[in-house]
Amino acid sequence: MRDDLLRRTLIFVPQLLLVTFITFLFINMAPGDILAKYRFDPRISPASVKEIEHKFHFDEPVMVQYGYWLVRLCHGDLGYSFSREASVSSVIVERMGNTLLMSSFALIFTWFIAIPLGIFAAVKQYSWGDRILSFISYFGMSLPGFFLALLLMFGIYSLSNTSFGAAIPIGGMVSPNHDQMTFFGQIWDHILHLILPVIVLTIGALASLQRIARGNMLEELRKQYVTTARAKGLPENQVIYKHALRNAINPLITLFGFSFSELLSGAALLEIIINWPGLGSLMLEAVRSQDTFLVMGSMLMGGIMLIIGNLIADILLVIVDPRVRS
Amino acid sequence: MNMLANQRSLRKLLKHPLAVAGFFVLVFFYFIMAFAEFIAPYGFDNSKRDNSFVPPSRIHFVHDGHFSARPLIYPYSYTFNSYAERTYVEDKSKPYYLSFFAKGDKVKLWGIVPISHHLFGVANNPDNCRIYIMGADGVGRDLFTRIVYGSRVSLTIGFFGVAITFLLGFLYGGISGYYGGKLDSALMRFAECFMLIPSFFLMLALRSAFPMKLSSTQVYLLIVVIISFIEWAGLARIIRGMSLSIAKQDFVKAAKALGASDFRIIVRHILPQTLSYAIVAVTLTIPHYILGESALSLIGLGIQDPQASWGNLLSAAMNVSDIQYHPWVLIPGIFIFLSVMAFNFIGDGLRDALDPNR
Repeated sequence: MRDDLLRRTLIFVPQLLLVTFITFLFINMAPGDILAKYRFDPRISPASVKEIEHKFHFDEPVMVQYGYWLVRLCHGDLGYSFSREASVSSVIVERMGNTLLMSSFALIFTWFIAIPLGIFAAVKQYSWGDRILSFISYFGMSLPGFFLALLLMFGIYSLSNTSFGAAIPIGGMVSPNHDQMTFFGQIWDHILHLILPVIVLTIGALASLQRIARGNMLEELRKQYVTTARAKGLPENQVIYKHALRNAINPLITLFGFSFSELLSGAALLEIIINWPGLGSLMLEAVRSQDTFLVMGSMLMGGIMLIIGNLIADILLVIVDPRVRS
Repeated sequence: MNMLANQRSLRKLLKHPLAVAGFFVLVFFYFIMAFAEFIAPYGFDNSKRDNSFVPPSRIHFVHDGHFSARPLIYPYSYTFNSYAERTYVEDKSKPYYLSFFAKGDKVKLWGIVPISHHLFGVANNPDNCRIYIMGADGVGRDLFTRIVYGSRVSLTIGFFGVAITFLLGFLYGGISGYYGGKLDSALMRFAECFMLIPSFFLMLALRSAFPMKLSSTQVYLLIVVIISFIEWAGLARIIRGMSLSIAKQDFVKAAKALGASDFRIIVRHILPQTLSYAIVAVTLTIPHYILGESALSLIGLGIQDPQASWGNLLSAAMNVSDIQYHPWVLIPGIFIFLSVMAFNFIGDGLRDALDPNR
């Protein structure tokens, strides 16, 4: 089993390299580059621009440049970000923490709400509760996250005369006076800023996960072993929660890896809309300023986070499902 | 699929109330899109700078205490409040009557037929009083007009995109599943590369390869290509799975024995078996394009002003502190939401209707 996991993770490495290579080609296809701002700056002589170009190998063919990037990557060096004037790794580490903070809260809420709701809907199929949930799910699945975010921001903003609206911030990650707060005040400030993005991300993911959980559970309940369990006189609670539920959960865990990808995508757009200093807004900034190394670094981190998500899903599956272990 | 099964599926589909509702919503939207030049009261870029963010026109039936069977509107005039913000009030001195087929901007229907009458508008209008049923944008263009024209982008992009995605995904998946073995795993590992990066990141990186300033046609095509580039891999993987199991069946062996070429077997025998899945997948994939275009345009990397798309119109709502003064800029989002929901409903209905087990 361990070998299997290892093999699957190792396959990711060449795949990730291929993606970074394609990205590298694409970024270099675009006209202009990050050094343009230095070239047009009269304070910087053309000679020193040439020097920078030479130092970062911008004057060499794309393939060679990619080679240099790879070599530096092997040394754990992601390069230098010209737009932020700092090393790419230091910029990314800070931003990635912010993105993870937001998405992990959303992930936890989604799973803890969606699965019980899905099971409830399946067990009480065609009841009023199920119908209302279905309807809400349909709504939630089609409501674009960016629109929901704008609506909520508008809603909270219009309530800013009330104490509720005034308390909830609608953008950014910290208040302007964050530095003057006490330690607990800072944590409380973070929590308040998390409310809006976590609600948006949770609602977006909740609906589809609830539908899938319901579908899986219904499928399991139709199977023969459930009939057998009922026939031998097991109490309904045990049939549902001990037999059917455990089987219904397994496919969901595989889904966990994929849902992580969607979550990161949704989070990226949301970050841009609400000014959250995360990986997504960083990526947009990097793309706009054609900061090659920063784009490459963010892509790589996005990919690695996805791989880790898949890996966690695989490990969870091993823990939960004894059939996978053998 | 024979006629009988088709009819049965259709009957099942018609019993799915949400799918039927979705269908009518889309028919309505596409009708408006088709006759955009006629239905919109103004040209897509007809601005009136005095009318920056004018609120939606109120339609009255009473002027000066007298009832009028013809609906009328009053123009808005503005004063500045203590924060130097414009505040609009209706100027009730002179009524402007509305009429159907009113004379207005000269536009060309579908770029060919010149028309100067629009579905509705302000009749006999020397003062250029505007009807804004959904309010105005920052330079005084009618938001409803912009939404109607914007549908030309938002509602068509999915069809072009789906065409590319499915051509690529089906052939790739079909070949991979049919041949199996080493070729299959090589092709699949390659396809997975595109699923490895969160799609929005990939979208941004791909967009970065092209200049920021492009004509709107170029941007449109670019968005189609970018989203197809991201979408095809997932589809190819599913089709590959289906093709793998279909390739083992007897009729494929029979076709082989009869000497059919591999390409013929894939295109004529294997892929048609995946048709019912494809129909559902097409319907459920179109929203991805609508949302992708909206997302790119919303953050300023997609369709650019003066051209309109629903995402690009919604970008006016990005400045939250201002929305409260003109909340109607959120309306394009409702159109995005409704069209996405309509496609999802139809897709769901189709899935139920085409599933022989239900």
